[in-house]
Amino acid sequence: MSLSRGTKAVLSIFAVIAFGFIYVPLGVILINSFSTDRSLTWPPSGFTTEWWGKAVDNEGVREALVTSVGVAIVATILALILGTLLSFALGRYSFFGRESLSLLVVLPIALPGIVTGIALNNVFTTFLGGLTIWTLIIGHATFCIVVVYNNAIARLRRMGGSVEEASADLGANSVRTFIYVTFPMMRSALIAGAILAFGLSFDEIIVTTFTAGPGVTTLPIWIYQNLFRPNQAPIVNVVAAALVIVSILPIYIAQKFSNADERGGGLI
Amino acid sequence: MTTMTTAAPRGGFGYRHPRARLAGLLAAPMAWLVIVYLGSLAALFLTAFWTVDDFTGQLVRTFTLKNFQQVFGNSAYYVVIVRTLGIALGTTLLCMILALPLAFFMARVASTRWRPLLVAMVLTPLWASYLVKVYAWRAMLQPEDGVIAWFLQPLGLGGPGYGVVGIIITLTYLWLPYMILPIYAALTRLPDSMLDASSDLGAKGGRTFRSVVMPIIFPSIVAGSIFTFSLSLGDYITAQIVGGKVTMLGNVVQTTYVTNLPFAAAVATIPVVIVLLYLLAVRRSGALDNL
Repeated sequence: MSLSRGTKAVLSIFAVIAFGFIYVPLGVILINSFSTDRSLTWPPSGFTTEWWGKAVDNEGVREALVTSVGVAIVATILALILGTLLSFALGRYSFFGRESLSLLVVLPIALPGIVTGIALNNVFTTFLGGLTIWTLIIGHATFCIVVVYNNAIARLRRMGGSVEEASADLGANSVRTFIYVTFPMMRSALIAGAILAFGLSFDEIIVTTFTAGPGVTTLPIWIYQNLFRPNQAPIVNVVAAALVIVSILPIYIAQKFSNADERGGGLI
Repeated sequence: MTTMTTAAPRGGFGYRHPRARLAGLLAAPMAWLVIVYLGSLAALFLTAFWTVDDFTGQLVRTFTLKNFQQVFGNSAYYVVIVRTLGIALGTTLLCMILALPLAFFMARVASTRWRPLLVAMVLTPLWASYLVKVYAWRAMLQPEDGVIAWFLQPLGLGGPGYGVVGIIITLTYLWLPYMILPIYAALTRLPDSMLDASSDLGAKGGRTFRSVVMPIIFPSIVAGSIFTFSLSLGDYITAQIVGGKVTMLGNVVQTTYVTNLPFAAAVATIPVVIVLLYLLAVRRSGALDNL
């Protein structure tokens, strides 16, 4: 569109402000982690790395980190299997209820987390006799399926079915076709889906609070428990800053593997 | 070259029985999503029509509308419902106001070379921990020593502090990328020829925006609003951390579900029903393909 120079200037200034809105809070978190203040005050009165050291030595933080990573790995593996199967079914076949099923996959992240949370909590405590680390993993896998599915089905649509048909015409059975033809072409999309699923699980707090068994403390749960405790603010700041840094890495890696255009500009 | 002799097509069982293959693909994910997930939702919905015995604390499994009457008959809950709806609408509106010009800048002003970087810059905060982002706004909004209060002090103004405005700002911050990216995607797909045609026919910028651009990006705005609206409706952690004494529907659910699950379930069905009605209403706009 032939935007006038004035309009372009206004939009550019607006963009700078909007990106400021997006990044200033994250910057504040990073700066606060080096603050000498014991409470959330701005501007910081001094610079120290003391709290980073204390956070690394904090046993609660370390245990929570191990739990978070473990839960995220298992949930990601489950989501990878289920999401891939589903993407093949929905991407390669047409059947009754296909549309509804594609809506159902999105539901766990489109519905408020608290609804998924208490729904699963209710069923787990009634039928599985209580909450454990496994109920937490089931909860996480449920909302991680969609990111794997979305990445996989976008790739399947772009690939088309002709290469697989060619493979079958040349005499390969379905297992062989999958190993030598389909999987290599899907690999980068699945890696991207897995990274995003891992990130989603690693950060999640709402479904987590409702499905984690007693004593199961993930990193977000640890932050949540210590958020309102007066003397923990410096260490919470450090853990928060670490989480910001850690979560920025996967998205850059995932970007390498998935092509945003092929997902039609979709988010997830 | 001996393999040539085995050239007879030997497609496996799956090729000869596509239905069986489909069933094999679908069995596990269907079992998970339909039985575990949908089953849980159905059970929750059912529980909303049960009650808890006041003396024993046991579930009474007889159908009753008592929980819903309690929610809608009590003006205190009524206020919470209206407030939550207001916060969700305010958040959605603020997201639109911020996302539209930014998406426009990204798709139409910035050079093509910069676009992937700008998209990455919008996407990245989405993957930063939800809790950390809310916590960041606790530091931003802190009434006395917060970043905003510090920034506005020289102007003689105070920050919004903790409360409804703080909640709306924080929720907007959380869900903004969900609104920016679909609009951006639609704007990049918009053909230049269409805009040229509009200006050739004499339309000025504003008219082109209303009559050409808006109808095309509308489904994307709706797609974005599904997230901003739905996720705000059920949120309770934001209200806890930056809401001061303000409560939302999610807080009611969270504080009652241990002692009175049926009541919590009834409250939780309110946002779900609203979201489902919204999804049904927008299904025809093609918004769901833009998720």
